[in-house]
Amino acid sequence: MSTAKAATVADKPATDASEQYLTFMLAGEEYGVDILRVQEIKGWDKVTRIPHTADYVLGVINLRGAVVPILDLRRRFGLEMIDFGPTTVVIVVRVGAGRDERTVGMVVDAVSEVYNVDTADTKPPPDVCGSVETIFVKALATVEEKMLILLDIDRLIGNSIAGDLVTGAAAA
Amino acid sequence: MTLDPEMAEIAKVFFQESREGLDVMESGLLSLGATTADNESINTIFRAAHSIKGGAATFGFTDVAGFTHGVETLLDEMRNGVRPLTADAVQVLLQSCDCLREMMAATEAEQPLDQGRIAGLNADIAHILGEQPRGAHAPPAAAGAAATNTETTGWRIVFEPVADLLRLRNEPSRMFAELARLGGFAARADVSRVPPLDTLDPESCYLSWDIEMSGQISRAELDEVFDWVDSRCRLEFTPKANSAAAVPAQPGPAPDARAGASLAVPAAGAPVQKAGAESGSIRVATEKLDNIINLVGELLITQSMLSGFADGIGPGELDRLRQGLSQLARNTRELQESVMQIRMLPISFAFNRFPRLVHDLSRKLGKKVDLKFTGENTELDKTVLEKIGDPLVHLVRNALDHGLEIPERRAAAGKRETGTLELSAFHEGGNIIIEVRDDGAGLNKAKILSKARERGLVPADQELTDEQVDNLIFMPGFSTADQISDVSGRGVGMDVVRRNINDLGGYVQISSKEGRGSTIRIRLPLTLAILDGQLVRVGKEVYIISLLAIVETIQVSRDRVNTLAGRTEVFRLRDEYLPVVKLCDQFGVEPDSRRAEDGLLVVVEADGTRVGVLVDDLLAQQQVVIKSLESNFKPVMGIAGATILGDGAVALIIDVPDLIRSAANPAGGAATAHAA
Repeated sequence: MSTAKAATVADKPATDASEQYLTFMLAGEEYGVDILRVQEIKGWDKVTRIPHTADYVLGVINLRGAVVPILDLRRRFGLEMIDFGPTTVVIVVRVGAGRDERTVGMVVDAVSEVYNVDTADTKPPPDVCGSVETIFVKALATVEEKMLILLDIDRLIGNSIAGDLVTGAAAA
Repeated sequence: MTLDPEMAEIAKVFFQESREGLDVMESGLLSLGATTADNESINTIFRAAHSIKGGAATFGFTDVAGFTHGVETLLDEMRNGVRPLTADAVQVLLQSCDCLREMMAATEAEQPLDQGRIAGLNADIAHILGEQPRGAHAPPAAAGAAATNTETTGWRIVFEPVADLLRLRNEPSRMFAELARLGGFAARADVSRVPPLDTLDPESCYLSWDIEMSGQISRAELDEVFDWVDSRCRLEFTPKANSAAAVPAQPGPAPDARAGASLAVPAAGAPVQKAGAESGSIRVATEKLDNIINLVGELLITQSMLSGFADGIGPGELDRLRQGLSQLARNTRELQESVMQIRMLPISFAFNRFPRLVHDLSRKLGKKVDLKFTGENTELDKTVLEKIGDPLVHLVRNALDHGLEIPERRAAAGKRETGTLELSAFHEGGNIIIEVRDDGAGLNKAKILSKARERGLVPADQELTDEQVDNLIFMPGFSTADQISDVSGRGVGMDVVRRNINDLGGYVQISSKEGRGSTIRIRLPLTLAILDGQLVRVGKEVYIISLLAIVETIQVSRDRVNTLAGRTEVFRLRDEYLPVVKLCDQFGVEPDSRRAEDGLLVVVEADGTRVGVLVDDLLAQQQVVIKSLESNFKPVMGIAGATILGDGAVALIIDVPDLIRSAANPAGGAATAHAA
């Protein structure tokens, strides 16, 4: 299945076209998010629950005066639930732009690495991509013989929040 | 045209002032409609127009100046009683104000002007001016513009200003510099009237001038130079056949033109002091204010944190700590109040647009309306003020369109032909109440009720009080266009009005008597930033209920609680039965107890409906800073926002009207399904 893209892989150019990704673990798979989107990583802390929301919305926390929602990615992807352990962290990301810009936390099993991923090394996601809906996957990348699932974080978070949840606007 | 940066800055002030001037003109013109020719108000309008013309000419906005000149000419004739004050003329002048406003906007944005409209209005004005003026005396020559436009080779000008010329901020030497630009200029000052030094008033002008001008200069050009002072001096223009020998200029020592205290000389033609200057207001960027408000919010958080800490400290330091804390509490409260005050504006900002709206609309509808304001100085937060404007316009339009009857109908009903529309505002507790009252036909209750039953909004067997019937017009789905005209008139987008007001944390209610009129009452919080809250506990969760919504809190005994149809619990409060809303069920949390008699019932009221909210415990009352859930998340049913408590945890603020609604029809659309 060699494509034009794959052909350039051999060159390994020292890369204007590389992007940095922060990767994290979720049920044994390694996922990556554009590091420019990551605001901070913090330990898991108690949240305030919000009624009438989907189960993967754990609640909101106080992040230095801002009220920030926390999503559980395991639940979001329909993975098996585990108890939060010492490596459980919240990755706080900034998504959207302008008026729609949001700061949102995602609970993941553990933070892994920061990788330089050459855009040439990435492949479009297959139609079926494990438990994750393909529309949230930007690309697959191979780094150090491992597969990384690079997430389209804007779409994932935006979709998760808008969701088909009961909202005040929809109910009124 | 482009101005250099410094001029552009001044031009900005000119545009601002001109807009205020136009507002003055507009309100003046509208008051003319009501009363008969009152000279002072015509003068006021004239002065405003004159200032705009002068300013526009200074900046070289010739189109604006030219157009205003026509308006001014018409006003001048009215002022002098030469021209009758007709309703048509007032209408043309009002349209001219609109046109000028647009011209200003276009000029400021450096966009092309709507020449067609300008020409049209100019024609209207010319048409009015062209009619034979009344009375024997001839109209005063319109600033001499048309009178003597012949060019000559020179002029001899006698310029003899009144003593307070300088106090009126006119500077002859600047005028002479203007003249010198037009052509050969020579002036001889007459110093004969200058008194001895010990009796000389340094702010008075004792000089007069004899000016020789040479070259091709039109009379109009000279008039322009003397435009600002022509009523404050004796001026004589004599055309010369040939240029005279230059006389050495002796402008004379120009006394210091300091701003005197005697500026309030309301002489016609003098530049008018703006009304806005009197209120001593300042313009502050909203962003800066918001920053301060955020800081104060943090301060409040710190203070409540300290308060929590005081409970666990040894007895020795306790007194001092308490003292310090009470002081901190007072300081923060005061600081907060003064900061909030900056954002407060009188509601007249929202009311001001109505005289014009009512004037235009009543003319169009052929109705007679007296518009009354009371309490227009009542203050409320700028954000609330800006957002209440549109709902108010809607209500006023509705009242005019459907509430008030045409004069014949009113007369037939034995009412005064002129209807009354009253807008009033006042404070009540921490709220502002705005009422829109008309003495029109009122709502047709029977029709409303039958329509509502027809549409399944009210079950056929349910009896409603008059008040409940009236408030049906706010129901979504009640207000589609086809029913409006036949039901009662009211209703286009009334649900939108209510939604907007609810979004501001306010409530709206209507009460109406058939044939006597309707009153719409809007209750709004004074500010959107801070709320007086009651903290309540349900299980492990803490929620906040606005104190404004709480009527009382009670404990009930078992025998006062009944269950309706095996589902809904109600309890008796004096002579009323109120439903019990269980927060634990609404929000899906695990409470200490589900039984009404074990917990506390917080009786809350919204939109005229009362319910008892079951909670496990009442905690502190405190002011909380409202944080939006939407900024990082989205609106959530039953939740108005969030705040951060003293311990840093987030607590949700309950949206009482929303809670009552969702308790009334559980699972969203159930009510419609039930009725169908």
